[in-house]
Amino acid sequence: MTDSIFAFNSFAEFLAMGKHGFYVWLCFGVTLAIMLLNVALPWLARKKYLNQEIRRLRWEAQNESGS
Amino acid sequence: MNWTWFHRLGSPKWFYGISGRWLPLLIAATVLLVCAGLVWGLAIAPADYQQGNSFRIMYIHVPASFLAQSIYISMAICGVVGLVWKMKIADVALQQSAPIGAWMAFVSLLTGAIWGKPTWGAYWVWDARLTAMLILLFLYFGVIALGQAISNRDSAARACAVLAVVGVINIPIIKYSVEWWNTLHQPASFTLTEKPAMPASMWVPLLLMVLGFYCFYTVVLLMRMRLEILRRESRTSWVRAEVTRLTGRKK
Repeated sequence: MTDSIFAFNSFAEFLAMGKHGFYVWLCFGVTLAIMLLNVALPWLARKKYLNQEIRRLRWEAQNESGS
Repeated sequence: MNWTWFHRLGSPKWFYGISGRWLPLLIAATVLLVCAGLVWGLAIAPADYQQGNSFRIMYIHVPASFLAQSIYISMAICGVVGLVWKMKIADVALQQSAPIGAWMAFVSLLTGAIWGKPTWGAYWVWDARLTAMLILLFLYFGVIALGQAISNRDSAARACAVLAVVGVINIPIIKYSVEWWNTLHQPASFTLTEKPAMPASMWVPLLLMVLGFYCFYTVVLLMRMRLEILRRESRTSWVRAEVTRLTGRKK
């Protein structure tokens, strides 16, 4: 063992996670994807909503001044 | 005690303003805590002497499970506030929390199942805690479905609040399931009163991840609530001004 602060001696060992690499990386990967999805969905919805609203406001303003 | 903050909470405009100021700080805290917790938990914490490296799944399984339960409790509190004081912002918080809670319950169940395979030899067992957690996921689905199915906003708010308050009975069942029934799931490794049964190099990253997950929930909840407030108040002059300001800046 070296004196490094890391629990693994090499990057390959880190990826292998003993014999549990599949389970560990699957968990962390899926969780990360779900967390990103939780941020992306409201962000996209907000963009869509703002675009929709500004079009509605412009349309209303036009109709008021035009008539 | 000064209750002005509580009355101000009744004002969506005030909430929108103050949450906009808090959001960048909360995002920074989330990124810092989760990154530190990930690096520490995945690469620095020593392997468990029994489970090897599969124990690292704990660093998402435990925070997600805490969060799934805490979100439901906060929804029940919002439900009481909404039912008693008819506060609209409480209903916004309740309904916007439900999808985040459902995702966290799903993450808890999924990581638990993946962790179960190398540890117990099975992805799923009909264990008391696992079953209670599955019921929590269905309770979240129930709140989401109720909110979407009822078109009248006040009726939907009342129905969701009642389900949130009644369903909170499941939380102590989840918590004590490992003591009441003979289960495969291990009992809590952490209590507020006792010293943790693992070295600091193992529990500090867990603490960072738990705090990071709570910050993450706050960030996503505020994002969702702010959009919902804009939607609900779209006829007011301050929302019109805000929409114009936000869309004008992009060009």
